[in-house]
Amino acid sequence: MFSWFFLLFCDVFLVFCDVSLLFCCCPGAGQDVGRSCILVSIAGKNVMLDCGMHMGYNDDRRFPDFSYITQNGRLTDFLDCVIISHFHLDHCGALPYFSEMVGYDGPIYMSHPTKAICPILLEDYRKITVDKKGETNFFTSQMIKDCMKKVVAVHLHQTVQVDEELEIKAYYAGHVLGAAMFQIKVGCESVVYTGDYNMTPDRHLGAAWIDKCRPDLLITESTYATTIRDSKRCRERDFLKKVHETVERGGKVLIPVFALGRAQELCILLETFWERMNLKAPIYFSTGLTEKANHYYKLFITWTNQKIRKTFVQRNMFEFKHIKAFDRAFADNPGPMVVFATPGMLHAGQSLQIFRKWAGNEKNMVIMPGYCVQGTVGHKILSGQRKLEMEGRQILEVKMQVEYMSFSAHADAKGIMQLIRQAEPRNVLLVHGEAKKMEFLRQKIEQEFHVSCFMPANGETTTILTNPSIPVDISLGLLKRETAIGAAPDAKKPKLMHGTLLMKDNSFRLVSPEQALKELGLAEHQLRFTCRVHIQDPRKEHETVLRVYNHLKGILKDYSVQHLPDGSITVESILIQATAHSEDQGTKVLLVSWTYQDEELGSYLTSLLKKGLPQSTP
Amino acid sequence: MAAHLKKRVYEEFTKVVQQHEDLSTKKLRLTKPSKSAALHVDLCKATSPADALQYLLQFARKPVEVESVEGVVRILLEHYYKENDASVRLKIASLLGLLSKTAGFSPDCIVDDAINTLQNEKSHQVLAQLLDTLLVIGTKLPENPSVRMRLVEVACKHLTDSSHGVRNKCLQLIGCLGPVEKGVAKEAESQAAKDVQKIIGDHFNDQDPRVRTAAIKAMLQLHERGLKLQQAIYSQACKLLADDYEQVRSAAVQLIWVLSQLYPESIVPIPSSNEEIRLVDDAFGKICHMVSDGSWVVRVQAAKLLGSMQQVSSHFLEQTLDKKLMSDLRRKRTAHERAKELYSSGEFSSGRKWGDDAPKEEIDTGAVNLIESGACGAFVHGLEDEMYEVRIAAVEALCMLAQSSPSFAEKCLDFLVDMFNDEIEEVRLQSIHTMRKISNNITLREDQLDTVLAVLEDSSRDIREALHELLCCTNVSTKEGIHLALVELLKNLTKYPTDRESIWKCLKFLGSRHPTLVLPLVPELLSTHPFFDTPEPDMDDPAYIAVLVLIFNAAKSCPTMPALFSDHTFRHYAYLRDSLSHLVPPLRLPGRKLVSSAVSPSITPHEDPSQQFLHQSLERVYNFQHLDPRGIQELLEFTIRDLQRLGELQSELAGMADFTATYLQCQLLLIKALQEKLWNVAAPLYLKQNALASTAAKQILEETYKMEFMYSGVESRQVVIIHHMRLQAKALQLIVTARTTRGVEPLFGMCEKFLQEVDSFQRCFISELPHMQGSFVDKLLDLMPRLVTSKPSEVVKILQTTLRQSTFLHLPLPEQLHRATANIIEPTGESDNPLRFTSGLVVALDVDATLEHVQDPQGTVKVQVLYPDGQAQIIHPKPADFRNPGPGRHRLITQVYLSHTAWTEPCQIEVRLLLAYNSNRSKASTRIPKSTWSESLEALPPSENGIEGTIPFSKPVKVYIMPKPARR
Repeated sequence: MFSWFFLLFCDVFLVFCDVSLLFCCCPGAGQDVGRSCILVSIAGKNVMLDCGMHMGYNDDRRFPDFSYITQNGRLTDFLDCVIISHFHLDHCGALPYFSEMVGYDGPIYMSHPTKAICPILLEDYRKITVDKKGETNFFTSQMIKDCMKKVVAVHLHQTVQVDEELEIKAYYAGHVLGAAMFQIKVGCESVVYTGDYNMTPDRHLGAAWIDKCRPDLLITESTYATTIRDSKRCRERDFLKKVHETVERGGKVLIPVFALGRAQELCILLETFWERMNLKAPIYFSTGLTEKANHYYKLFITWTNQKIRKTFVQRNMFEFKHIKAFDRAFADNPGPMVVFATPGMLHAGQSLQIFRKWAGNEKNMVIMPGYCVQGTVGHKILSGQRKLEMEGRQILEVKMQVEYMSFSAHADAKGIMQLIRQAEPRNVLLVHGEAKKMEFLRQKIEQEFHVSCFMPANGETTTILTNPSIPVDISLGLLKRETAIGAAPDAKKPKLMHGTLLMKDNSFRLVSPEQALKELGLAEHQLRFTCRVHIQDPRKEHETVLRVYNHLKGILKDYSVQHLPDGSITVESILIQATAHSEDQGTKVLLVSWTYQDEELGSYLTSLLKKGLPQSTP
Repeated sequence: MAAHLKKRVYEEFTKVVQQHEDLSTKKLRLTKPSKSAALHVDLCKATSPADALQYLLQFARKPVEVESVEGVVRILLEHYYKENDASVRLKIASLLGLLSKTAGFSPDCIVDDAINTLQNEKSHQVLAQLLDTLLVIGTKLPENPSVRMRLVEVACKHLTDSSHGVRNKCLQLIGCLGPVEKGVAKEAESQAAKDVQKIIGDHFNDQDPRVRTAAIKAMLQLHERGLKLQQAIYSQACKLLADDYEQVRSAAVQLIWVLSQLYPESIVPIPSSNEEIRLVDDAFGKICHMVSDGSWVVRVQAAKLLGSMQQVSSHFLEQTLDKKLMSDLRRKRTAHERAKELYSSGEFSSGRKWGDDAPKEEIDTGAVNLIESGACGAFVHGLEDEMYEVRIAAVEALCMLAQSSPSFAEKCLDFLVDMFNDEIEEVRLQSIHTMRKISNNITLREDQLDTVLAVLEDSSRDIREALHELLCCTNVSTKEGIHLALVELLKNLTKYPTDRESIWKCLKFLGSRHPTLVLPLVPELLSTHPFFDTPEPDMDDPAYIAVLVLIFNAAKSCPTMPALFSDHTFRHYAYLRDSLSHLVPPLRLPGRKLVSSAVSPSITPHEDPSQQFLHQSLERVYNFQHLDPRGIQELLEFTIRDLQRLGELQSELAGMADFTATYLQCQLLLIKALQEKLWNVAAPLYLKQNALASTAAKQILEETYKMEFMYSGVESRQVVIIHHMRLQAKALQLIVTARTTRGVEPLFGMCEKFLQEVDSFQRCFISELPHMQGSFVDKLLDLMPRLVTSKPSEVVKILQTTLRQSTFLHLPLPEQLHRATANIIEPTGESDNPLRFTSGLVVALDVDATLEHVQDPQGTVKVQVLYPDGQAQIIHPKPADFRNPGPGRHRLITQVYLSHTAWTEPCQIEVRLLLAYNSNRSKASTRIPKSTWSESLEALPPSENGIEGTIPFSKPVKVYIMPKPARR
C-alpha cells in the first residue's frame, strides 16, 4: 500500500545509433531506405533493435558494421537479445548474416507473423542476389533456416522474460502484418522502440496502440516528421473511381506493387469494392511469393483490423473471391481486367512486361501506388515522359493513362505526436528520418510535451540520465512504528521516515538503528548538540531559569516541560541550563543540549530562545 | 318451532362459514412466523458457516410475502450479530437488501438496525454490502428526508475506509440519496449538511481509480436528480481527463459535458496564456481532444457527446473539420479543397497527376500546432478511427451538429460523402441517412454528387434505397447534376431492375424539386428533334417511364415545358397518369381541358375537391333516413363504389376512403340481412336465406376486425363505432341462430355471452356513450334490466326489433388514416421455372416485401404459405428481418423455408402476408385511460379477450415449386 522511493543514484544508459560511417555519405535517401539497427544499453543490458540491410548497395556496405559493437569478442557475450520489429528487409535483412556469418547465438525476438513471413522475404532476397546477380559470399538458404531457429516468437502484449531482469513486451504497430512496437524493461527503467508504425487504420490493418507505460525513452521513427496527411478515404475513393471507370470503359488496369504489405491492402480494397459494386471484370495477382504470403495473411487474422477480424467467421477476407492467380497468357486476353504485378517500380520483371504490352492503348491505365526511384520506368512515366526508350533502341510510346496514388503506412507528424501523448515518455529519440525534418519535429515535441528529445546521427551515442526508483525492504516493526507517528497515512503522498539504510549483498534494507547496530556489531554512539544562547537578563540565575521555564511552558503546550530541582529545564529530553556570564553578570548564558534524534525540536528551541524572552514577566 | 329450527340451521350455517373464514385467516397468520421460524431453525441447526450459507442460499430462492418480511429481517439480524464468518454475514447483508426491495414493504422499521450493524463490522466486503443495503432502503424511502440524511451521514463516516469497495458504495449512496435542495441541507444542521458536492469532489483525487470513477458517477447522479453542480468542479474534472484509467476518463468526459451544458456562457481562462474563452468552447475543445484518446470506449463517449454541444461557437465547430495538411513543412491543400477548386475553375475531375498535390507555400514552423488544445480535426480523426463504433458515433454527432448549423452542414458535406465508402456497411448506411437528414441545408456540388451517385451501384439494397431516399431530398445546383443523377439512376435500374419503384419515386421528387434545371434537358431526354420525328419509345420500358416521371413532375410547376412535348408524350402522359397516379401529378396541358380543369394547381389539400367529394358523399349517406329501403341500398352501393374508386385515384385519401367504404359495406350488409323476408316466415323453411344472413354476419365481423387493426391512426371514437358494428353483427348472428336451431339450450349460453359483451362494451366505452344517441347499443342498454331477466326467445325478439329500429351511426373521420398495406416484391410470381428440391429437405425462399403503415410489424406480420393440398403454414419472421427505411414504412426481407412430400409435377404455392391481431391488444384498451376501468378489465370474461386472428393484407404471390422424390 505504501511505497517509498529513495533517490540514491542516477543510472545511466546508452543508446548507439549504429551504422557504419559509410552510410553517412548518403544522407536523405539513405536514411529512409533502410538499415535500421539500434543498440540500446539499459541498466547493464544490451539489446539490439532491428537488423536491417540497405537496398542501395551490393557490397559490404549493405549490412551494418557489426564489428562496431564489439571490437573483438563474441556478439553473444555482449548482446542480451535481438528484437526485430517487422519483416521489411530494411529491418530484418541482415539477420542471417548477423547471426550465422558474424555469429550470434542469443535469442532473437519477433512477432509470430514476422517469424512466418520473414524467411520468405529473406529467401527471395537471397535468390535475387545470389542466383540472379551471381554473388558469392552471401548467406545461404541453410543459414536462413538456422537463423530462424534462434527466433523466439512473441504474442501481442505478452511479457517475455529474457532473463531475470530483462523483460520485453510487444504492442500492435499497424504498418504491415505483424509489425510490433517493443517495450524493453529492466527493473523500473524502460525503453519503447516503435519500429515503423501507423496511427491511422487502413483496409487490412488497425492503428498502432500503446498504453500509458511512461517509458524513460521512446525511440520512434520519423519518416513523415514534417507531413500531416490528408484523410485516407479521398485517396481510396479516387483510386477506386479510377479503376472502376477504366474497367467500365473496357480498359485494362495495371498496378505495379511490391509483393507484401501495400499489395494486400489494395487487394482487399478492390476485392470489397468488386463485391459491393457487383463487378465482374477479373482481377489478377501475379503468383509466386505473394501466394505464400497471402496464406499467412489468412492465418494471422488477429493481427488485422476490426472489419476483417469480425467477419472472418463468415468469410476470411483474404480468401479472395474475385482475385485470381495471373498467368502470362492472360495479358493478351481481350476485355477489361485489373492486374497486380511485381515489382513496384516497373524496372524489371512481370510488371514491365505487361506494361509494354498495354502501354499503347489509351483505354488502359497504370496506377503507381508508391514511390519510384529515379531512373526506373516508373519514375519516368510519373514525371510525364510519354516516349520511353527500351533496350534494343526500341521506342515505346505510352498512350495509357498514368496515375499516382500514395498509400503509405507510416505515422505522420500528428500520429507521432499522438503516440507520444499515449505513451508519455520522459525522453524521445527520433530515428529513421531526415535530419532536417527531424529537427522540426524535435522542436515541436520539446515545446508541447516538455520532454527532452534527441536525434542522433549515425554512429552517434546518446546518453540519457534516468531517475530509477530503487525498491528497499523495510522491516514490518519499523514500518508500523513509523506510520504510527504523525498524521494519518495518505497513500499518494511521500512520507518521511527515520531508519538506517543497509546496503549488503546487493540488497537494500531499511532497518531500525538498533537493529542496524546489532547486525553490524557496532556500539551505539551518542551524538549531542550543544548550543549556547546569550540572553540579556540582569536578574538572578534561578529567576532567569524560571522566566525561561514559564516562557517555554507557554509556547510548547504539547510537550512536557519540566523544571528540575537542580535548576535546569527539560523539554522532552532536551536540557537547558542557565549560568551567568563570567564577565558580564547582566548576560546569562543558556546551555541547550539535545541528542541527534531530537534535532528538529532542538533547533527549534534554540531559535526560539535566540529571539529572547518576552519583556514583561507575568 | 319450525321457524326456530330454521333459525338454528341458519345460525349453524353462518357459524360454519365464520369458522371457515377464521381458519383461513389463522392459517395465513401461521405461515408468517413459520417462514421466519423455519429460517431461524435452519440457521440454528447450521453447524458450520458453509451450512448456514447453504441455508441462506436456499432461502433466497423463495419469495417472501410482504407481511413476513419484517420478521425475517429480525431473525437475519439476530444471526448477523452471532455470526463470525464474514461470508455468511455478507450473504445476510445482501439478503437484507433483497428483502427491503420487496414490493409493498416499507423499510422504515429496519433502518436503525441496518445502521447499527455497520458499527462493529470489520470486514470490508460486508461493509460494502451493508452500505448497498442501506442504499436500497434509502431509495425505497424517497419521502423521508431525515432517514436519507442519516444514511448519508453514515456514508460520509465510512468514506475514510481503506477499502475501495466501501468507499465506492459510500459515494454511490451519497450520489443517490444526498440532499438535492439547499434548504433541506440547512435545516438538518448535521455533518452531512456539509456540501455533498464538496465531499464527493474530494474523492476525485482518490488513489483508487474505481473510487474516482464512483465519485464522478455520484456527481452525475446528483446532477440527474436535479442538483445544480458548482462550476468549480470544472477544473477538477478537466484534470481527470488525463487520468490513467479509461473508466475515469470516460466518466470525466460526461461530467465535463454536463458542466458545459450548465454553464455554457461562463468564462474560463486558457492556461499558459492570458486569454479567456467561453466554458462551452473550452469543454468542446477538451472533449474533441478525447476523440483521439487511447481507449476506444472513451473515444465513442467523446464523439457521441460532441453531437449534443450545440451552443459551441461556430469557429470552434468548424475547426473540428480542419486538419492543416502539410508536406515537408509546406502547406498542402486537402483533396476536398482541390476538388472544390477544380470545380470552381470550370475544369471537372481532370484526374490526378503526379505532383498534382504538390505542396505550395512554406509554413512558418512556429505556427504549426501539432497537438492543439482546441478542437482541431476532431471529426477528421473520429471519422478515420479504427473502430467502427467510433466512426458511427462521429457520424451521428456530425449529423446533430449540422442540423443546428447550416454553415457547418455545408462544411461537413465532403466528409460525409467520404464516409459513403467506409468498409463497414452500417457506417455507410448511417452516413447516408445523416446526409438525408441535413439535406435541407445543403446543395450538392457536382463532384460531390458524382461521388454520391457512385454508390448507387452498391450491391446492398439497403444502401441503394437509402441513397434513393437521399436523392429525393437533395438540392442539385446544375442541370448537369440532374442529368448525371438521371444517368446513374438509369444505370442502377438496368443493373438492379427490382429497384424500379424506388427509382421512380426518387425521380419524382428530383423532378418536382428542380423544374428549372430539368427544362433545358427535356429535348435531350425525350430525344425530340426540331425537324424530324423520332420513333415512339416503348411505353413499357421502365427506363423510359423513369424519364417521363422526372419530366412530368418538373412540368407541374413549369408551365412552359409541355410545349416541348411531342404527341406521343401526351398520350403517354394520359396513360401514366392513370396507371401510375401516385408518381405522375396532374398537369395543365394545352388542348386537354378535361384533365386540366379537373384540378387547379393552386389548391391546398384542405380544399381539395376529392376530399370535399368524400365528405359530401358521406353526408348524403348519413341523411338517408328519409329514403325507402331500396333507395338506401342503392345509395350505399353507389357511394361504396365511388369511394373505392376515389381511393384508387387519390393515394393520400386511400386510407380514409377505404375505411369509410368498409364501414358502409358493413352497414349495407346489415341492412340487406335485415331486409330478408326470412324474419317473417317460420324458421326451417328459409335455410337458404339463412345462409345469406349468417354469412353477412360473419363478413361484418371480419370487416370490423380489419377496420380496427389494419388502419393506423384510428382513434377511440372510431373504435367505439367499430365495436358497435361488431356488436350488431353478433346480435344478428344470435338472431339467425335462434331462428335456425331447434331447442333452447344452446341459446342460453349464447345469450349470456352476448349480454356479457354488451356489458363489457358499456364499461369500455362509457365515456363515448352520450354520442351514441338512438343507436343500437343505446337502446339495448335501456332495455338491459329486461333483457337480463327474460328468456332467450324474448331476448332474441327484443334484439331483432332494436336492430331494425336503431339508427345508422355517423362515422367521424380522424385526421390521418392509413391502411396497412403490404406488397411482396420478391418472389415476383412470374417465373416459369419451378423451384426444384428434394422432398423431405427444405428449400429457402427469399421473401422481400414492403409494409406501409404497419404498427409494430415485428409482432404482427406473418408470412403464410398455402400449399396446393390446402395445407397452410404460418411463419413468424425474425425481428431482425424488419428494417425501417422511413417513418411509417417497413421492409421485410426474410427467408421462408418450404418443404413438402414429393409431387409428380410442379405446382404453385401461394405466399402472402398476414396481419395478426389479438383483441386483447385492441386499440380500445390502450387508448382509454386506465384509471376509469382498469379494475373492470380484470373482470372481463376471457371469451371476449382471447380472440386472435389474422387478416391477409397483401396480394398472394404464386411460386412454382417442385419437390422431387429423393433418390435412393
